[in-house]
Amino acid sequence: MAAEIEFAAVPIKVTVNGVKHEAVVEPRTLLVYFLREHLNLTGAHVGCDTSQCGACTIQLNGRAVKSCTILAVQANEAEITTVEGLAREGVLHPVQEGFREKHGLQCGYCTPGMIMTAVSLLETNPNPTEEEIRHGLEGNLCRCTGYINIVESIRWAAEKMGGKNVSR
Amino acid sequence: MFPASFGYVAAHSVEEAVQLLTKHGEDAKLLAGGHSLIPAMKLRLASPRTLIDLATVPGLRGVRMDGNTLAIGALTVYADVASSELVQKHLPGLVDAASVIGDVQVRNRGTIGGSIAHADPGADFPVILTALNASFVLQPRSGSRTVAADDFFIDFYTTAMAANEVLTEIRVPLPMAGSGTAYVKLPHPASGYVVVSAGALITRQPSGSCALARVALGGLGSGPVRAVATETELQGKPLTPEVIAAAAARAAEETDPEGDTYASAEYKRHVAIVYTRRAIEAAVQRASAS
Amino acid sequence: MTTDHTPTGLIGASIRRVEDPVLVAGKGCYVDDIQLPGMLYLAFLRTTYPHAKIISINTNAAKAMAGVLAVVTGEDVKQLNIPVAPMVQDQKIPPHPLLARGAVHEAGVAVAAVVAQSRALAQDAAGAIEVEYEALPSVIDAEKALEPGAPLAREELNSNICYVATKKGGDVDTAFAQAEHICRMHIASPRQVALAIEPRGIVVKPEPTGDLTVWLSTQAPHRVRGDLATALGFPEHKIRVIAPDVGGGFGSKGPLYREYVLACHLALKLGRPIKWIATRSEDFVTTIQGRDQAMTSELALKKDGTILGLKVRVVANLGAYLYSSTAGPPQRMMGMAPGSYQIQNCHVEVVAVFTNTTPTGPYRGAGRPESVLNIERLIDKAAKELGLDRLAMRRKNFIRPEQFPYKTGVGVEYDSGDYEKSLAEAMRLSDYDKLIRERDAARGRGELVGVGVSTFVEPSGGAGFESGTVRVERTGEITVLTGSSSHGQGHETSYAQVIADKMHVSMDHVAIRHGDTLAIQQGVGTFGSRSMVMGGGSMTLAAERVIQKARRIAAHLVEAAPEDMMQADGGFAVAGVPEKKVTWRQIAAAAYGGRVPPGMEPGLQETVFFDPRREAWGFGAHVAMVRIDRETGKPTIEKLVLVDDCGVIINPMIVEGQVHGGVAQGLGEALREQMLFGEEGQALTGTLMNYAVMRAGDMPHLTVGETITPNPFNPLGVKGVGEAGTNGAPPAVANAMMDALAPLGIDHIDMPYTAPKLWEAIRQAERRPAARS
Ligand SMILES: Cc1cc2nc3c(=O)[nH]c(=O)nc-3n(C[C@H](O)[C@H](O)[C@H](O)COP(=O)(O)OP(=O)(O)OC[C@H]3O[C@@H](n4cnc5c(N)ncnc54)[C@H](O)[C@@H]3O)c2cc1C
Ligand code: FES
Ligand code: FES
Repeated sequence: MAAEIEFAAVPIKVTVNGVKHEAVVEPRTLLVYFLREHLNLTGAHVGCDTSQCGACTIQLNGRAVKSCTILAVQANEAEITTVEGLAREGVLHPVQEGFREKHGLQCGYCTPGMIMTAVSLLETNPNPTEEEIRHGLEGNLCRCTGYINIVESIRWAAEKMGGKNVSR
Repeated sequence: MFPASFGYVAAHSVEEAVQLLTKHGEDAKLLAGGHSLIPAMKLRLASPRTLIDLATVPGLRGVRMDGNTLAIGALTVYADVASSELVQKHLPGLVDAASVIGDVQVRNRGTIGGSIAHADPGADFPVILTALNASFVLQPRSGSRTVAADDFFIDFYTTAMAANEVLTEIRVPLPMAGSGTAYVKLPHPASGYVVVSAGALITRQPSGSCALARVALGGLGSGPVRAVATETELQGKPLTPEVIAAAAARAAEETDPEGDTYASAEYKRHVAIVYTRRAIEAAVQRASAS
Repeated sequence: MTTDHTPTGLIGASIRRVEDPVLVAGKGCYVDDIQLPGMLYLAFLRTTYPHAKIISINTNAAKAMAGVLAVVTGEDVKQLNIPVAPMVQDQKIPPHPLLARGAVHEAGVAVAAVVAQSRALAQDAAGAIEVEYEALPSVIDAEKALEPGAPLAREELNSNICYVATKKGGDVDTAFAQAEHICRMHIASPRQVALAIEPRGIVVKPEPTGDLTVWLSTQAPHRVRGDLATALGFPEHKIRVIAPDVGGGFGSKGPLYREYVLACHLALKLGRPIKWIATRSEDFVTTIQGRDQAMTSELALKKDGTILGLKVRVVANLGAYLYSSTAGPPQRMMGMAPGSYQIQNCHVEVVAVFTNTTPTGPYRGAGRPESVLNIERLIDKAAKELGLDRLAMRRKNFIRPEQFPYKTGVGVEYDSGDYEKSLAEAMRLSDYDKLIRERDAARGRGELVGVGVSTFVEPSGGAGFESGTVRVERTGEITVLTGSSSHGQGHETSYAQVIADKMHVSMDHVAIRHGDTLAIQQGVGTFGSRSMVMGGGSMTLAAERVIQKARRIAAHLVEAAPEDMMQADGGFAVAGVPEKKVTWRQIAAAAYGGRVPPGMEPGLQETVFFDPRREAWGFGAHVAMVRIDRETGKPTIEKLVLVDDCGVIINPMIVEGQVHGGVAQGLGEALREQMLFGEEGQALTGTLMNYAVMRAGDMPHLTVGETITPNPFNPLGVKGVGEAGTNGAPPAVANAMMDALAPLGIDHIDMPYTAPKLWEAIRQAERRPAARS
């Protein structure tokens, strides 16, 4: 019993894709599983156990982070955007559109993470060079595409967004 | 993949964190960015019973000028170190390092204090901060103390910090006029951690000769090592390519790195020489430009 | 066959993928996304010993933990094994239990399993199981495993050999007796990890009816279902396997794995749904790995470069346990040893060996990359030894276009090809002569720059049949059921293009369904670059049958002769009277409404099981230019030109995507990827922290070109392309690396070409006084 008190669940409040959630979580709950299993937002994927693949990338307070390497309790009071929160009234975000337009995905497993990283990249650097895009994707692995069309997709999106910082 | 169970406490002041550390003893760990601790816990290489969150402590973030010293809050994330105008202006070598740690996502979470406290032999900040002659402010139960980088890193994952101390600030003295700083890294192709890296602080006299050289290397030992022979060799000499190359050639002296699946010990020693040269050259170039 | 078919322009168009809107929105459904009420979780305790006797297992603590429903060990499930179908005569098939029984033979083998209420609890409990081992000597390297006195990887056998297979054609002895020169080479292909970004996983649900529903991250739902039924002793027709969205496979998600059988067994036993998702670290050491073949060759030559004969001996590392497909890849050499060259006198021997390592099996290319690497390095080496131009030597020995269909010395018939054409295109796109001039100029400056070429064949399609059903629904919309399920290849798009084109409808009129054994007739799956060849072929034939039937119905409806009915937009029309039109909807209404011609069966659905009984031989030519930093050994790919010929192209965008992906994996193999085991057999590169794959910043620019040589034996004229990049790129890079290092007198280094490895070779060469340049 002592152990249960010691490891007591912790109440958290988070805003995910604009919706406020309150929950009580076991401290060891990783944010990615909180999103996937408590909130049924399964867009963030788990591709590794050493924080390398980036499939779990989301935005936490506007920054791209790996949700597998964050405890849900660390997200208390945070604003989160997941890939599910990018489209507006059924209209895809230009980055999502770019991935389709330029064949930036095959199996799609890395895609939500890639898209979230790219969205963050374009928010801080609306006109990235190819070099900067590649560098910006260093925390995301894709085994299907060879990255070439992913880079093209992001370039397409940057152009579509007119080099403007579309703050959301 | 899932950490063992633990209790979580959000600290609201450094004092509270120290108290909690003292109370929970060995079984407790401070949590900063969590980007070393959580991966270790997921693989169950670490199973603390209590985590004390420092991120909820106000005032531990940001970069400020304090006289002739740049003071960086322990909870400042790498991305913010790299984008700080103060750091960019005075310590480009620190920007070099902050920009090559892990990846974008890691740089948005990992903290400079966590990196120093964790003392991973493959980490970047310990190396550059040693070259920059930084010191670390530690807060024990009462008061505070400051330890120089040279005295801080004791062994693999081991520092001069006591179990119930909190690292609150990283203090980097502003280099003298005519100085340049640089950091270069050979990352591991898989993990991105340091295979070998070199950080340099070079002060150039108006005459063009070397007034001060501090060079630290990563990947060659349990923590950062000073390339003492290289530093001595440069002292007072004109900073020509030949002098730099000759000095760099002595960088790996007295080091005894371990080979691994990627690189042999000989390769690491060799690259240390090449990268020392590159770091010094880059620092000298910045010194000339400043 | 329809003769009046006018293409509507869909075949050959880069149509955006119909799969994507869902996937980019994060609304795909992968196995781990499935949550069922009452679901339990499975976790394993795995050994880190590569070879050991199990002395004792203590599960008491685990069993006593809250939330734990079952703890099982090998003894509890000793009736259950992975079924292995022999592929070769006299192949040895040692037991492949679900959980280790008595001994473990590779690091990563599960010794015990736990079912608990959450993943974390299951992992907690697995960690509480105590096992005592007695280490046994292990053997890691296949060639060493053949040495006298080598430890036995499987102590129940009397040697480490699983099988020896040979193939002989022509008169090899005479060829070698007449040779003016013999080129000898030993080359090893590094062991690779497939590393689909989605780890393997299963969700299984026992249904109240006694059926079993299984969601599985698999490339071959039907094949796996058959194996699962055999393994469980459970009726196949009561199992429904669903492959939902599958996050990549590259060959590794073909087999039925132990965890799947155990999950099903325990779900049936406990009467609750069970989920198991591999962690990446688990996936590393439990999923079949690729390559790991050592090849020793002799090439008999005339001084002018004419190839007289070839002998190859392959020593293949199978790992410790067999899956059905494990025995497969090494045998590729028996069909592919001659590559794109006229070699009639050929002897291939394959020795397949057990070691205390993770089992191997098909990985993108599955024996093709090894074979191509062997012959392409061999040609370069021979040309160099004879002082001949390596391109001239290739051209001299190419199978010529007029020789097709061409039977090689190993008795395999290639369908079609024009190897000179793809080589010429690669020369043109790469501006080859300029590259050579640049290389020579760089060499003059003491830089290490090299240019390499590979010209290769790529058999695709194989492995039995594939099925396709084309059904016109009551409303005239078309449903296609294919046994070839997709895991990223864009089937739903390319197949829809094919069917829409054949049936003269718009693409959204066609729905492609796959990956559900309940909905789909028996099928095979997606691997070996077979989907368009086999899946596309079968549905095309089915569509043609539907069209024939529909034509008769349409004729009946307008009282015309079937011969006068021409396909028209959305249906049929009477020749010369375009306004006399019958839509698919009208035809379907007739087909299901009793208005078919007398004697005709109602309905409008056809199924074809297609087996052309031959593979489709794609081919290509790749050119690479590399630079090696003399100071650090760091290699850079400066140029990579890829010309592939996969026959008729359905969707160029998707084909190019396949080439890109294959190249990225091929370059990984050439530059950095290698699964390593320590002296004691422990996995040294068993996580993403130490197994290096290509990242975005590592990929060079690619120039992708094509030639088109239709496949005369395929209804669509297509050949496979999925493995082109892994086949052609590594040998082109290998040849370029060796070209770069030639001035130092280095003539062989095995892949991967990592900076430390190249630096070491350079350093050694520079120490040899003669080589200094
Ligand atoms: C994918 C990936 C790649 C990485 N690549 C690199 C790399 O290339 N180079 C590199 O240097 N690092 C790398 N790291 C590690 C990263 O920099 C970590 O963030 C860093 O090592 C620890 O900082 P943290 O804030 O995350 O600390 P945490 O993980 O929270 O803590 C680490 C340790 O330090 C202690 N600690 C933290 N803060 C304090 C404090 N203020 N006072 C006292 N003790 C404290 C903790 O108790 C814990 O023991 C990588 C990490 C990941 C996940
Ligand atoms: S799951 Fe791989 S980085 Fe998060
Ligand atoms: S699309 Fe499959 S991993 Fe990127």
